[in-house]
Amino acid sequence: MWIKGGRLIDPANNRDEQADILISDGRIEDIRPTGGLTPSGEEIIDAKGLWVLPGLIDMHAHLREPGYEYKEDIASGSQAAAAGGITTVVCMANTEPVNDNPSVTQYILKKASSAGMVRVLPVGAITKGQQGKELAEMGLMKEAGIIAVSDDGRPVESASIMRRALEYASTFSLPVISHCEDKNLAGSGVMNEGALSSQLGLAGIPSLTEEIMVSRDVLLSQYTGVPVHITHISTKGSLEIIRAAKLQGAKVTCDTTPHHLLLTEEGVRTYNANYKMNPPLRNEADRHALIEGVRMNLIDCIATDHAPHARDEKDLDFDLAPFGIIGFQTLLPALMKLHLDFDIDFSQLLACVTKNPAKVLGIEGGKLSPGSRADVTIFDPDAVWTLTEEMIFSKSRNTPFIGWTFTGKVVRTLVEGRTVYSTD
Amino acid sequence: MNWPHKDLIAIQDLTSEEIHTILDMSKSFKEISKRDIKKVPALRGKTVVLLFYEASTRTRLSFELAAKRLSADTMALSASGSSFAKGETIMDAALNIMAMSPDCIVIRYPYAGLPKKLAQELPCSIINAGDGTHEHPSQALLDMYSMQEHFGKLDGLHVAIVGDILHSRVARSNIYGLKKVGAHVTVVAPKTFLPVGVETWGVNIATAFDPVVSEADVIMMLRVQKERIHEQYFSGEREYAYFYGLNKKRVDKMKPDAIIMHPGPMNRGVEITHDAADGSRSIILNQVENGVAVRMTLLYLSLGGNVNVD
Repeated sequence: MWIKGGRLIDPANNRDEQADILISDGRIEDIRPTGGLTPSGEEIIDAKGLWVLPGLIDMHAHLREPGYEYKEDIASGSQAAAAGGITTVVCMANTEPVNDNPSVTQYILKKASSAGMVRVLPVGAITKGQQGKELAEMGLMKEAGIIAVSDDGRPVESASIMRRALEYASTFSLPVISHCEDKNLAGSGVMNEGALSSQLGLAGIPSLTEEIMVSRDVLLSQYTGVPVHITHISTKGSLEIIRAAKLQGAKVTCDTTPHHLLLTEEGVRTYNANYKMNPPLRNEADRHALIEGVRMNLIDCIATDHAPHARDEKDLDFDLAPFGIIGFQTLLPALMKLHLDFDIDFSQLLACVTKNPAKVLGIEGGKLSPGSRADVTIFDPDAVWTLTEEMIFSKSRNTPFIGWTFTGKVVRTLVEGRTVYSTD
Repeated sequence: MNWPHKDLIAIQDLTSEEIHTILDMSKSFKEISKRDIKKVPALRGKTVVLLFYEASTRTRLSFELAAKRLSADTMALSASGSSFAKGETIMDAALNIMAMSPDCIVIRYPYAGLPKKLAQELPCSIINAGDGTHEHPSQALLDMYSMQEHFGKLDGLHVAIVGDILHSRVARSNIYGLKKVGAHVTVVAPKTFLPVGVETWGVNIATAFDPVVSEADVIMMLRVQKERIHEQYFSGEREYAYFYGLNKKRVDKMKPDAIIMHPGPMNRGVEITHDAADGSRSIILNQVENGVAVRMTLLYLSLGGNVNVD
């Protein structure tokens, strides 16, 4: 099969040119300059006027299965990911039961395999039941198929256990992903703490809730020599800590989310719980710092933190509704918006969802090279479209981006050479 | 002239002219409560639903009496005994009530934001009777009415609001309103009770009560909730009363014509002593009386009454 005539953008190979791709047996066989003859009988995907990208890797998502299938399941989540041009979904361990043992890992992989859409790579819990007390069976889970460990939304409170977790995880070469939040300091907060939270009468979550834990985990990483990946940073202060650590040569990487790059706490004025997520939307200064962090390569990755919640949960009062926003289908359009509005090189943004997460996690994919997985996303950079609820493949619709007009739309997604989504 | 608002959600939504209109009209409504027959037909045939999802005696009775004195029909619903207790979501409950075609819903609710959402969703008037730590506009209006009644003006008054500013919707609404009408506000509290961003509110901030006591025209004490001790906002009642309580010693230092206010319910012996609450400077019961008149105005205006200022 050939993908012909597109603009091929692949940060991993530093490539941005018109090129044709030959795919066979789920792998990329060859990449040639556009214009060559095609042997007759080959299937051809015409990509003229389109961008041909490595399939996206979303390194932070919640697929909710097992346990919360009313919010999302692996099949619906896979479909939404495919529609977003995401060919690899890294799913967090906060299912019910928690993915803290190889049986749950196997269950997730079996469900992903029968969904047959995108590659699903599970993250195992750091501690049993994400309780922060006893280390989970990281080694056995790795044999079953996890690619990293994280307690995500229930971060390890004890510095002692986090230290051991870093050392133990590195024994099995498992990356550690840390959601940095001091739960005690966050208290009953539901939005960014500041003048606006005081005005709206909503309890605040101060920036330092995140920054204190970023500091701790950076120090633990430097002390143990074990790399740590800080997920969804949301504040200018976190970025400063990570910048300083990187300058010292610390093995620290980080990601942020499309919503923290595009939205601020101002949205909370509506009291619409679709603006409620953890970490909370911050202020304009934080948002601009994050955008500059991406531009300066201080932020390695961009991940959705896709967190589906049912409508009746999100219809509750802002104080009571659960934290979370879905994000698969708006990831690439969000990157395009950053490219257009802030003049950040598209290839650099693309690296944050392809090459860089592959490197942080030590997984295959995120590039278009002869011999690599034929995970390919074809993107129409000129399509202008408005997100409606009906377009969403997730079981849940909790996103404030409904009604937004975006430029750029995924038109086809291939996983190992097989089309799993197409607008045709 | 028509009143431009369907709803009353927040003092932040009102102009100073609108605040003055409400206060001026409340004078004539107060007169009704002094008559032998305390009822006028202004809202005859209108239905007012009192939806109280949080404990309240004063505010609920005050709104109910206000509606009845204007001849509106009232229905009261509280959290216990309603379907809310059975797990019905508040939006469902509101839509069900709406199906019965009320003209106005007065709502008290433990979380911020619901009155604003209801106002957007429902065609009837919504009056916020207090939502979480957001706003309590009718309380601020009756407080301003009471101050104006006493001093004959609001412009230039110095109002000290003392206590748990952080968790107080009464403080927020009063600060927004008093600022609009030209009063000066000083908030007095331990730092744990000062909200983040309070410096952007345009108020004086004091952590010591004594220097403020002798300066203010109005001392408004806020209820301090005992559960805040367990949440480590302060160390205990004894220390709180010592530093932030209004007692005889402090009352004696007040300006000659200064007054004492409290939105109730009071914790006697904690933020206020008997001497202060029941003494000649206290207008706490006038506040309650004026509450009915101000709420009559709010119901009357929200339900389409004409602005009518002598």
